[in-house]
Amino acid sequence: MISRKASTLLRNATQASLLLGTFVLLLLPGCAPKARVQKRGDIAQAALETYVPPGDLDKYYIFYSGGQSGSVFVAGLPSMRPIITIPVFAPYSATGYGYDKESKALLGNYTWGDVHHPALSETNGDYDGRWLFVNDNANNRVARIDLRDFKTKEIFGPIPNVSGNHGSSFVTPNTEYVLAATRFSIPLPKGTYVPREQYATAYHGVVSGLAVDPKTGHLSLGWQVLTPPFDWDVGSTGKLASDGWAFWTSYNAERATGKLEVTSTQRDRDYIAAVNWKAAAQAVKDGKYKIIDGAKVIDPRETQGVIYLVPCPKSPHGVDVTPDGKYFVGSGKLAGITTVFSIAKLKQAIEAKNFTGNEDGIPVVNYDAVKEAEVNVGLGPLHTQFDGKGYAYTSLYIESAIAKWKLGTWQVVDKIPVSYNIGHLAIPGGDTVHPDGQYVLALNKLSHGRHLNVGPAQPEDTQLIDISGDRMKLLYDTFTEPEPHYAQMIRADQLHPIEVYSQAENHDPNAVWDVQHTGITRQGNHVIVHMTAVRSSFEPNKIEVNQGDLVTIYLTNIEQTTNEIHGWALEEYNINIAADPGETKTIEFVADKPGVFAYYCTKFCSALHQEMQGYLLVKPKGGTGAKTASTHGSHAQMASVGSH
Amino acid sequence: MAKDALSTVSITPALPPKNRAANEARFFDQPLGLSSRITIFFAALLLVPAFFFPLYRMTLISNQFPDGLNLNIYAGHLRGGQSAERNDLIEINTLNHYIGMHPLEETEFSEFQWIPLMLGFFILLSLRAAVQDKMSALVDTLVSFGWFGAFAFWHFYERLYTYGHVLDPSAAFKVTPFTPPLFGSRQIANFTVYDYPAAGSYLMAGFVVLLVATIVLSVRRNKAARA
Repeated sequence: MISRKASTLLRNATQASLLLGTFVLLLLPGCAPKARVQKRGDIAQAALETYVPPGDLDKYYIFYSGGQSGSVFVAGLPSMRPIITIPVFAPYSATGYGYDKESKALLGNYTWGDVHHPALSETNGDYDGRWLFVNDNANNRVARIDLRDFKTKEIFGPIPNVSGNHGSSFVTPNTEYVLAATRFSIPLPKGTYVPREQYATAYHGVVSGLAVDPKTGHLSLGWQVLTPPFDWDVGSTGKLASDGWAFWTSYNAERATGKLEVTSTQRDRDYIAAVNWKAAAQAVKDGKYKIIDGAKVIDPRETQGVIYLVPCPKSPHGVDVTPDGKYFVGSGKLAGITTVFSIAKLKQAIEAKNFTGNEDGIPVVNYDAVKEAEVNVGLGPLHTQFDGKGYAYTSLYIESAIAKWKLGTWQVVDKIPVSYNIGHLAIPGGDTVHPDGQYVLALNKLSHGRHLNVGPAQPEDTQLIDISGDRMKLLYDTFTEPEPHYAQMIRADQLHPIEVYSQAENHDPNAVWDVQHTGITRQGNHVIVHMTAVRSSFEPNKIEVNQGDLVTIYLTNIEQTTNEIHGWALEEYNINIAADPGETKTIEFVADKPGVFAYYCTKFCSALHQEMQGYLLVKPKGGTGAKTASTHGSHAQMASVGSH
Repeated sequence: MAKDALSTVSITPALPPKNRAANEARFFDQPLGLSSRITIFFAALLLVPAFFFPLYRMTLISNQFPDGLNLNIYAGHLRGGQSAERNDLIEINTLNHYIGMHPLEETEFSEFQWIPLMLGFFILLSLRAAVQDKMSALVDTLVSFGWFGAFAFWHFYERLYTYGHVLDPSAAFKVTPFTPPLFGSRQIANFTVYDYPAAGSYLMAGFVVLLVATIVLSVRRNKAARA
């Protein structure tokens, strides 16, 4: 009995399970893998680490390059709060930059720039907090921002012979030079036409050092070195053990044209240029140069000992020098490794002439003789920073991660995913002799909707990562407009900006500090106005000119207290400037539109800010109200009333 | 009842074999029985949705794509995961061009012509077995379906192998030639690639399981009946 029942059960069970099994299989969702959960660290701890209570201040300044915005963005670390934008290469109506005579002269005829690599000025290899230099990849310029007032003071360029100034604006350890280099080789001098078929031989690049006046920061052309048409990418400078050297990475050792994505990526190694800039300076001093477009250009075929090429895998982006200056690290973005080179070995190889060839007179140093280590960091290594505690951090674009590795053992000890596609990374002082390795900033290229949806034009995602412990911890996501490429960070107590321009330091001969001295004078058809701005009036508050007059207004904000900025905007004349407390700005325009136009303060300065206004009356050329009288009777009437 | 007959079989020793050829003839000629014929009908029915569900699903996960890029291979076409934000097939092809992989294009897959045809053929073939009520027709269906499955599987593997091995030598990014997994996961550059059969394949597996079950049940029932 038992066996019969058992076998019946067994049979039924078999049938049932066969059918059931089929349907269970059908329901399997293809064994879909779980999405990897991002390591977010302890949220509460991250909040505490980044929270800066109201009224408290951040510990560091962040200066982001603003990419194609042409500006520099300033934020605080660790809160990541944005503070201000410093306009550099592009007009910025928020601060009236590009509308007054002085800033118009700075901008020249350009309305934008492409800011890539900010560089804080240095003394003995550490930030000294004096200036911030930024490059313009598009119009081949370098600008200097004075950190005393966070204002752009100088724009140098377009630099002769430099085309696509990407490998810029890295500074030497005592700010002797700011680097500049060619990314898009061209026939030289600029303005020359040579068919692209002759690219490999007739197109050239240059690498250069712009000399910096140690007192004023004023930029001038130092030296240039003529190079084959490689695409010079990112640079850096030696320090301590490698002081006196400047480095640039390159892609397109192939000297290819056309679809570079393919044509320039065929070789397994491109080059890092190692330039002995002290030798370059000496060569210029000794007259071993030729003048091209006014620049002193050293030709390596004629002058040896200035430039060497070090092979580096593959299409390297960043070249970064360790804090002790002993090693320079090349990150080949199409290789899975970052290569560490020894400066001592480089010097030995040069001494021993251990070369494997040359490119247009530039010796190519034996890779194996200079290489110290190849670090298996991961895919798409781009840029490396140092924490001063014996570790290096390399951004991995393809892998979307940061690899932390140990100097000396050359082993990766930690890796953290970032969101998404990191470009450069930055540690406060991470490129100096004394890095302050508590945080690293991941300057990610893509944000893929990690922010509130703002439509297809998405911001950049910058992530703050704590590197004080063994494991990297993600603390914070912040978003900026396009497009920070790199950043510099400096301890807040190293900067001491002013908040008011004191009357004593205002040396503008046209500044007026007393309403008594304001007034309007005429020299022919040039109307000159000396104007004051103070809460809550402009003096004079009426300017009468004739159509076609050239009008110059010297506007002095005579406030001597913080934050009392006054704007000066003129309706329908496309003029909008701002004068900070104690500042004099020059407004110049031709009064070509007849009629009556209000000028007013754009910055909400006081309870009577709205009342801070005046009139520009432009008398038409053809007689009072002639233009309007011919078209509208009522307007003519108003005009005639106004003329009484 | 058959239940009693079968339980008797289980305790009765098997009959001594007679002539082998006769045995085989008897095996192939035996009828299937009504319940088996109905089961075959349902098995054939399983192949109908196999036209509409993906046979294979490939998921590529990386730091940039924590939600994964999806590629669904259907009997008759290729579909990337698609949302308002992204078209995964275009994305996969864009990324693959860096390593020199040939773009995945529906028109290049002959499979999408013959797999749907074969599925239709097997629906008809299995219905024929049900109508004929004959073991030989059922075994024909099963064996040829097995051959079709094995061929399709080999062909698919060969596809994967070719895509991962025939890489444009001028590609910017050199990777070691690879074969995406047939079943399971594998790291390829910065992606972890997960490759698993999907609903369509399980429907086909269900078809096979039901046919095998039908054979087993018919044989046992007939044996019991003979006993």
